[in-house]
Amino acid sequence: MSDGLTGVLPTPWRASRQAALLRRRPLLPLGVLVLLLVVGWALWPQLFSHFDPLLGVPVNALQGPSLEHWFGTDHLGRDLYSRTVHGAALSLRATLLAVLIALASGIVLGVLAGFFGGWVDAVLMRLVEILMAIPALLLAMAVITVLGFGTLNIALAVGLSSVATFARLVRGEVLRWRASTFVEAASACGVGPWTIIVRHILPHASSPVLALAALEFGSAVLAVSALSFLGFGAPPPQPEWGLLVAEGRNYMISAWWYTSLPGLVVAAVVVSANQLARALQDDQGARQ
Amino acid sequence: MSQQALLDVRDLRIAYHGRDGRTEGVAGIDFQLQAGEILAIVGESGSGKSTTAAALVGLLAANARIESGSIRLAGQELTVASERQWQSIRGRSVGFVPQDPGLSLDPVKRIGSQLVEALTLHGVPKALARQRSLELLREVGLVEAERVARGYPHQLSGGMRQRVLIAIALANDPPLIVADEPTSALDVGVQRQILDRLQVLARERGTAVLLITHDLGVALDRADRLLVMHQGRIVETGNARQVFQAPQHAYTRQLLQAAPSLLVQQRRQVPVARAAEPSLLTVHNLSKDFSTWRHPGPLAVDDVSFHLPRHGTTSLVGESGSGKSTTARLILGLERPDTGSVLFEGQDISRVSRRDWLALRRQIQVVYQNPYASLNPRLSLEQIINEPLQAFDIGDAAWRRQRAATLLEQVELPARLLGSRPVELSGGQRQRVAIARALALEPQLLVLDEPLSALDASIQEQILKLLGELQERLGLSYLFISHDLAVVRQISDYVVVMQAGRVVEQGACEQIFQRPASEYTRSLLADIPGQRHAQLAVGAA
Repeated sequence: MSDGLTGVLPTPWRASRQAALLRRRPLLPLGVLVLLLVVGWALWPQLFSHFDPLLGVPVNALQGPSLEHWFGTDHLGRDLYSRTVHGAALSLRATLLAVLIALASGIVLGVLAGFFGGWVDAVLMRLVEILMAIPALLLAMAVITVLGFGTLNIALAVGLSSVATFARLVRGEVLRWRASTFVEAASACGVGPWTIIVRHILPHASSPVLALAALEFGSAVLAVSALSFLGFGAPPPQPEWGLLVAEGRNYMISAWWYTSLPGLVVAAVVVSANQLARALQDDQGARQ
Repeated sequence: MSQQALLDVRDLRIAYHGRDGRTEGVAGIDFQLQAGEILAIVGESGSGKSTTAAALVGLLAANARIESGSIRLAGQELTVASERQWQSIRGRSVGFVPQDPGLSLDPVKRIGSQLVEALTLHGVPKALARQRSLELLREVGLVEAERVARGYPHQLSGGMRQRVLIAIALANDPPLIVADEPTSALDVGVQRQILDRLQVLARERGTAVLLITHDLGVALDRADRLLVMHQGRIVETGNARQVFQAPQHAYTRQLLQAAPSLLVQQRRQVPVARAAEPSLLTVHNLSKDFSTWRHPGPLAVDDVSFHLPRHGTTSLVGESGSGKSTTARLILGLERPDTGSVLFEGQDISRVSRRDWLALRRQIQVVYQNPYASLNPRLSLEQIINEPLQAFDIGDAAWRRQRAATLLEQVELPARLLGSRPVELSGGQRQRVAIARALALEPQLLVLDEPLSALDASIQEQILKLLGELQERLGLSYLFISHDLAVVRQISDYVVVMQAGRVVEQGACEQIFQRPASEYTRSLLADIPGQRHAQLAVGAA
């Protein structure tokens, strides 16, 4: 019975939305800080490290973490910290590209399917279902095997495997807003379908899609690293994160830092991206 | 007042604490309620009546605070009750009938088990509760109680759901029932039945009823005493007849004047369109069937024909589900008719392609029922009003800006609002913006789909006046869709009465109202609230 009152009572107080968000997600500022730091690494690697990531000093091989070498050194005596810093650009570029590819094609497919319906919807959604039926990693490996190695190809492969998720979300949002009265009012005014999509539907659909993009960013970091771990990414001298972890595998016992510290960086980025995605979702829930 | 009052509210002050500081909700009200009495609290939205109701059942919003005063129910002080105490007070001492029957029942539980839960919560054994729940359903006038109890909420009509909610409120035989706008979401016929039921129950059981409503007609018909609230204060109190015949406060007089149901005696002044002119729109044998093999049902629109004269107002009247909105959607080209035709200026528009409709959109525009839903919340008023102009690529940006300002002035809104967003406006202002948008392309025909039903009575009056003026000045024709006969009588030249998808009667407005030919129209007219006193007044005059 009390449910009915929510409609009757004045809208609840939302002044301190940020404060409430912080109370629910106390680690959010830390997550944002981690993401900003990693983006800084990717943009200006020289500012954050002063060792050459590719130049080895054999005397210093396999040294533990110290004040000079924060993450220690690898089997060729290269500074692991500066390799991680320089690797950020490679890994993040692939990840960002993957998310953008997934986002763009997901939006196009979702809008076409949701807005025009009928056979367009039927065909596109069956395609999406086929995509979803194939395991993401297998699909990505297959794509790379066909296209060849390299950062762009990794991005394409990872992006393609998460197109389906975006397409389905966008389609749902489009269906929802298409049925709203203001969209009908606009079309009764003579506004064309593309204007309706761009002006009325996409702005309303943007917040859940952005939240999903943040979530997918986290899993894309993981997927890109996994692929380069398996050797599908940039070739060996390059310090891509997955490759760093893979190289350290053989020194697990003698040099614990070699695998675990770059691995921890990857984990921190993924967790931070998820924190951000959850916060975006919460915020969007609070606004509705 | 006697000292035996069941409910005694003294100097109650409630304020909301929001981002903009403190807003007064209720500013010091006093009233008493005796057992068996029906007291109506009347006022517009924002007058504090719902806040008062929420305080009486302990369901105030989280940011509302009772600042002073007392609420005593049968000697117990309620303002200091804890949530745990409230749980035993609600249902046992106070029954609550909420506003919207669509939202207030659990959609995944059977009606019977929701009723049983209401009883067992207060300690009634389960077997007894089951038996008692059937009795309650019969008591609120649901004949097939067993079938209803087995059903889910979506299988019941709005009126039936509201009765179930009354049954839940009555379950533990509370001495006080608070009904917050119990019928404002319902058709007049169902409204009358629900209020009859509530009244009978109050008389039979000696239950006190606090009826919260914005409809003065309902309050005058049903209540023993009336309490008029305005901006958190009680401005007038007295028995119903006294308030109606000799209102003391200016605000009450304004409310009485605005209440359309009390104005049924008024005649519209606009001259009826000349018969010689060919009609603007002709609807011929229109039918539409939404049923499928899986969900069979009757036709939504069944062989509907009528004419719409130029420069006049034609009203489509009927209860919800009578097919009047579907007819409008067929005329607007938002649905395709199965059979029949719609002639606009002699051209059949029911079969034209989507592309050709674009040209017709300049001639036919629509204003929707709910101004809260029909304006995109993310756009500014200027963007909203200019949207049709942009769609047809009329004028440049500067000209359009000028035009938007003119249009806003035409609907009596200041041009400085151009940059604001719909959220900053009240319901009446939003509806004015929707009208301005519809006027932007200078159409000939305006389809008004229940444009007033989401607004307060005094705002309704203002919008009606505006529509009348615009019609006179711009030579518009209206297709006015409404379930509110009182409003229809005020604005229409020609009335078409619909029931279950069919036209049961049509004719000139006064003819329909004074000499209704069909039984259905007569029953619709009889169900208009507020008539008891309107007739009294006419008799006295």
